[in-house]
Amino acid sequence: MKVVVCIKQVPDTKGGVKFNPDGTLDRGAMLAIMNPDDKAGLEAALRLKDQYGAHVTVLTMGLPKAADVLREALAMGADDAVLVTDRVLGGADTWATSTTLAGALRNMEYDLIITGRQAIDGDTAQVGPQIAEHLGIPVISYAQEIKLDGNKVTVKRQYDDRYHMVEAKLPCLITALSELNDPRYMTPGGIFDACQAEITTWGRADLKDVEDGNLGLNGSPTKIAKASDKVRKGAGEKFVPESPEEAVGIIIGKLKEKHVI
Amino acid sequence: MDFSLSKEHEMARQLFKDFAETEVKPLAQEIDQEHRFPRETVEKLAKYGFLGIPVPKELGGQGCDVLTYAMCVEEMSKVCGTTGVIVSAHTSLCVDPIMTFGTDEQKQKYVVPLAKGEKLGAFGLTEPGAGTDAQGQQTKAVLDGDEWVLNGSKCFITNGKEADVYVIFAVTGKVEKRGKMMKEISAFIVEKGTPGFTFGTKENKMGICGSATYELIFTDCRIPKDNLLGKQGKGFNIAMHTLDGGRIGIAAQALGLAAGALETTIQYVNERKQFGRAIGAFQNTQFQLADMATKVEAARLLVYKAARAKDQYQKDGKSAYGVEAAMAKLYAAEVAMEVTTKCVQLHGGYGYIKEYDVERMMRDAKITEIYEGTSEVQRMVISAALLK
Repeated sequence: MKVVVCIKQVPDTKGGVKFNPDGTLDRGAMLAIMNPDDKAGLEAALRLKDQYGAHVTVLTMGLPKAADVLREALAMGADDAVLVTDRVLGGADTWATSTTLAGALRNMEYDLIITGRQAIDGDTAQVGPQIAEHLGIPVISYAQEIKLDGNKVTVKRQYDDRYHMVEAKLPCLITALSELNDPRYMTPGGIFDACQAEITTWGRADLKDVEDGNLGLNGSPTKIAKASDKVRKGAGEKFVPESPEEAVGIIIGKLKEKHVI
Repeated sequence: MDFSLSKEHEMARQLFKDFAETEVKPLAQEIDQEHRFPRETVEKLAKYGFLGIPVPKELGGQGCDVLTYAMCVEEMSKVCGTTGVIVSAHTSLCVDPIMTFGTDEQKQKYVVPLAKGEKLGAFGLTEPGAGTDAQGQQTKAVLDGDEWVLNGSKCFITNGKEADVYVIFAVTGKVEKRGKMMKEISAFIVEKGTPGFTFGTKENKMGICGSATYELIFTDCRIPKDNLLGKQGKGFNIAMHTLDGGRIGIAAQALGLAAGALETTIQYVNERKQFGRAIGAFQNTQFQLADMATKVEAARLLVYKAARAKDQYQKDGKSAYGVEAAMAKLYAAEVAMEVTTKCVQLHGGYGYIKEYDVERMMRDAKITEIYEGTSEVQRMVISAALLK
């Protein structure tokens, strides 16, 4: 069984988001990490490796330094790594990114493709489903649990207030939630091997069945006017009721005031 | 000269840091206060290969170098001195001598499961009457047919009772050296569970309270003849060689304690307000932080240099690293004691309260000036090399 996991190097937003004066992300001022949802997807693939001996390849598109997340994935236990990097691919939105990754995946063998649900820098959740569309395979998004049974997968798909059990035949694509699992750590020996490992590097010329008009900044229909950090919520109102009855009265009053009830 | 770390070492440091923050730090205070050995942490250390870092892959290890191992002990000790010494005693004092002096059979039988973390290791040299004076050994081993019979006791043994494999030193006879009759000391491998091998008192210590420190008792304890480690009579050399390596581990522990206390204190002085401003805004605080950071960095360079010197020895089998290790341990231990004490002072009254990590770090730091060769012994080693 062959599993390809698409991963992305993203700025670590834990220490806050930094912006350039022009409103774009100051990636240099932030640590780069493996996108958390993608890491959960990688862990799911590595568990398939542990259980069924699956061969796990990690794939990313990005600057040459994106090789760092590939090495991290290798140090966690992935078998192979592919980096797609080329100046003409820069500035890609989700459409151009998914086109690029699909172009790379057409060169690869896979039974299952796993991507993270969404990246913490863009939060679109579009690339995974778009890749499946380009490749003409089924997609199951928001996976909370993955079970493999012969030639099919059963996935617990999460919603806000419920879940669906969805079954699909292989090959298919699954998008993973970070709640799917606790990703393993790298091992020291894995790190030493990963730093010596050969990373397959592909450019535009290696992408199969893609048109230039769908790649990079020029092939991106999305134009970003401005990026901003999350808007902070106001301090709110504080009440100190003297009895539970009074507390209920205040809450009901506020809910009515806001037309919630 | 290049002081920058390689990509491998940068990644390994990040790994150890993440692991320490997530898996080790949350338990540090609890195991200290309850004097509880963190078995669950040892299982996690084993799972990720942290108990066999400088061991070749053929022997079940990670195939990394001594520098990576030292960085592991450093990062663990930044948040928990106990965890640092568990890794150090296991790796430097048990795995290393068997790897260096053991037969192929001993390596397969002991190093492989130790490096994989399936078993935990310990080292028994110290006796009530033989601390710095290792020649004062009383424990005896007598060959009886195909077995060695051990009688005597060892004290202050780190990982005692928790460990499965023990490297033990005992007197096997007398030899004449420079006209004087000296004790002939040999090294042995003893497994927990061997009849006649029991554990005495668990020590109630000032610091590293989660670490298990026990007395080992041997009463007609019979072990196979093949469990002699190295040649008969070479025990003293094996012990000294082992302690040279062990000092790098303890130096890394001391470095971690100092660096961890400093990091915690930097955070504290930014938050703690007196006279209307953060105490970090006072020049007294700033100068103390500057001095401490400089000393911690100097200690780090000595520790890494000693680790690199041992790496060179692992490659060529002849490069010396004893003096480097002694300097690293001497300096890092004294810096650990000085820095943790100053960090408690900068915390004021809160630094004296067990809820604050620096209180534990200061108690943990003291032992680094004592075990695996006191600071006085390190000065003897260094000056002996200067005056020879």
